[in-house]
Amino acid sequence: MQSLVELVDITKSFAGIRALSHVNFELQPGEVHSLVGENGAGKSTLMRVLGGEMRAETGHVAIGGEQVRLSGPTDAIKRGISIIHQEMALAPDLSVAENIFLGELPQAIVWPELNKRASALISSLGFDISPSTTVSDLSVAHQQVVEIAKALSRNAKVMVFDEPTAVLSMGDAQRLLDIIRTLRGQGVGIVYISHRLDEVFAISDRISVLKDGANVETVIPGEVDVDGLIRLMVGRPLSQLFGEKPETKIGEVALKVTDLTLPNGISNVSFEVRRGEVLGLGGLVGSGRTEVARAIFGADPITSGTMELEGKPYKPRSPKQAVKRGIGLVPEDRKGQGVVLDMAIRNNATMAWTRPVTTLFGFFNPAKERAAVSRLIDTLRIKLGDMTDPVSSLSGGNQQKVVLAKWFHAQGNVIILDEPTRGVDVGAKIEIYSLIHRLAAEGKAVIVISSEHAELFGLCDRVLVMGDGQLRGELAKDRYTEENLLSLSIAGSATKAREAGL
Amino acid sequence: MTTEAQTVTEREGRAGGGMQTFMRLFRQFGTTGIFILLVIAAATQSDAFLTERNIMNVLRQMSGIGIMAIGMLFVILTRGIDLSVGSLAALGAVASAFLIQQYDLWLALTFVVLMGAACGAASGFLIAFMKLPAFVITLAMMTAARGFALIMSNGQPIMPGTDGAALQAWGTSFALGLPNPALLMVILFALAFVVLNFTRYGRLIKAIGSNPDAVRLSGINVPLHVMSVYVISGALATIAGVIVTARSGVGSASVGVGQELDVIAAVVIGGASLMGGRGGVINTFIGVMILGVIGNIMNLAGVPGYHQQVYLGAIIVVAVVLQHGTQLFRR
Repeated sequence: MQSLVELVDITKSFAGIRALSHVNFELQPGEVHSLVGENGAGKSTLMRVLGGEMRAETGHVAIGGEQVRLSGPTDAIKRGISIIHQEMALAPDLSVAENIFLGELPQAIVWPELNKRASALISSLGFDISPSTTVSDLSVAHQQVVEIAKALSRNAKVMVFDEPTAVLSMGDAQRLLDIIRTLRGQGVGIVYISHRLDEVFAISDRISVLKDGANVETVIPGEVDVDGLIRLMVGRPLSQLFGEKPETKIGEVALKVTDLTLPNGISNVSFEVRRGEVLGLGGLVGSGRTEVARAIFGADPITSGTMELEGKPYKPRSPKQAVKRGIGLVPEDRKGQGVVLDMAIRNNATMAWTRPVTTLFGFFNPAKERAAVSRLIDTLRIKLGDMTDPVSSLSGGNQQKVVLAKWFHAQGNVIILDEPTRGVDVGAKIEIYSLIHRLAAEGKAVIVISSEHAELFGLCDRVLVMGDGQLRGELAKDRYTEENLLSLSIAGSATKAREAGL
Repeated sequence: MTTEAQTVTEREGRAGGGMQTFMRLFRQFGTTGIFILLVIAAATQSDAFLTERNIMNVLRQMSGIGIMAIGMLFVILTRGIDLSVGSLAALGAVASAFLIQQYDLWLALTFVVLMGAACGAASGFLIAFMKLPAFVITLAMMTAARGFALIMSNGQPIMPGTDGAALQAWGTSFALGLPNPALLMVILFALAFVVLNFTRYGRLIKAIGSNPDAVRLSGINVPLHVMSVYVISGALATIAGVIVTARSGVGSASVGVGQELDVIAAVVIGGASLMGGRGGVINTFIGVMILGVIGNIMNLAGVPGYHQQVYLGAIIVVAVVLQHGTQLFRR
């Protein structure tokens, strides 16, 4: 059968470093071809070549068997290639319809007509979103539907999904996979990039593995299992992913939360976490996990409820107070809240606790700071050029380590990590897991919020499950199964829906 | 399973309830509300306020700032700023008085507006294509254009000749019940409303401020669009300058000193976001009127000029807090 797209012998370098080396990739119509590999393996670069954003040094791109020279993203779009970007490429202040037809708005706009066309596209995907809604008022999942509708409006023959489910809840991710299956049925060729390997197995017809900018192998899901695929990606099996949690003594209660109720829909959440313990917080995205973390960290106000830290009452009115009392938060939005991207690595690392690196009157002591940051870089094995480089120069995994370094430096007793490995490659994941274990071994209480079951189960001593702003239940180690987690996170809303007569 | 998950998402989307609905309404109609309150307050303070003569006065006085505010709105929508409008107005005032001494009225005015557009194009090119900061580039243009106006007028007000009389006659008479400058302002606002809401160009300007990458990846020439808003702003600024010459009968290089700040204030009071993407034509018009009514009522109430500036500053802060303070409740 005639290939939809063929990338042949693609080589691309940045500043003398090979990002891609003689890579081949081929896509058939009506096929889902996944692309996996660690961050930095070259997946995104390869897709940029396909999307016309970059030109390769060697090799060529063929569309429908015809060799083409893409002059830019516009050219690629015209030829039917649409990239659904990792960071949403939507204009938040504009309506759904405008976003869908952004590139091909008519000179004079007749709104009812435009809205009608948008509605038709959205309902063809099985959704019902009002086309005149402002995009910033939509949930992330619905925004993604708008992205896909936008690609459809351009008659895309090839759609590239780059980490589409990273920001979605489990239910929404399932719906997205359903949409992708529908598109495949319509003959669209799909390139699927994801770190969530269970999804990759569920959706793919073929899986290609890239490592260090080169093809490793192209496999069919039945031929290989998750372990095998990970071995292809990193050269080590899954069982080694989480490592052994070192024997740690679980000690006194570090943080006790009683009947925490927040203005944003969290009600009566109670739990405690002990020193040396890794406590998981699971549930759907939007179930209130992040809100609880933010409240503990003093970032959002509390309606009622009490908290105790080390047996003493704790009522934070600001993150500053929380840090002072020894609480650290690694937020889920790394670039937006975790680090100051343009600031030097060393300043980011010491930001949460500057006292030890400053002299009287708050002047920085560069020697002390350099020494402290050097220790952190060694401890966390951060790969960097120089500690004065901006954080933006680092890969995602190393940026996340800088956020962790902040709390290693601040010497907190309770560390909350919200989606600590989102958008981080497998290699860096392994290192972050071992750092989390290390925090626990040092006698700190650790709370991990995650949407990946494997991560919760591999990492945590206990997992609390939230749903609809409430604590739904707790899973001990012997009850660690995906079904248990899912039924706890969803059960309540189903009951509620029944009660409401839905 | 999927349906339940969707229920969760949808509920999340609607969460917040009453307070948020109120705030959304306020965001939409807040500027109008402030304006109405201000008019009521003004009317109770002075009998002279709600007279036809006074209203026409306010409209005429604000016509220059209003016309510049249209251009500024377009610039601010793309996340930019244009500090050169006051100086370009001075250039327009001086150049129009200078040129109509020697050339046909319409030829002269066309040339003046093209000159403003060219200055805007120069700033816009540097900002959009060379990626230089708008604040600095338009600050430079502000200084240079003022200097050019001073050179052209030799520091003295220029008296236009007989054609100038025709211009002044236009500037001081009425049509359709409005002073001509105010009528021109209203026409330009109406035009801007249509452009911003019903044309591809207008929506793209808004989209660029909202997310330039999205627009670029839709295959649109973003720098060209960004440059164009400075062209519009420059042209409109010189038109505002021509109006001053038309009203006063002389072209002076001291026109519009510091007025760029009034213009920006009007746009911001109208609810536009300096971060781009948010702002509308009608609200900008109301923002201009709010500024005009505040100045007017203080004059009527006999507030001394120096005091007026302090009050004006305070009132701008209050208006903007009411506008943007709503975001505090959004979490």
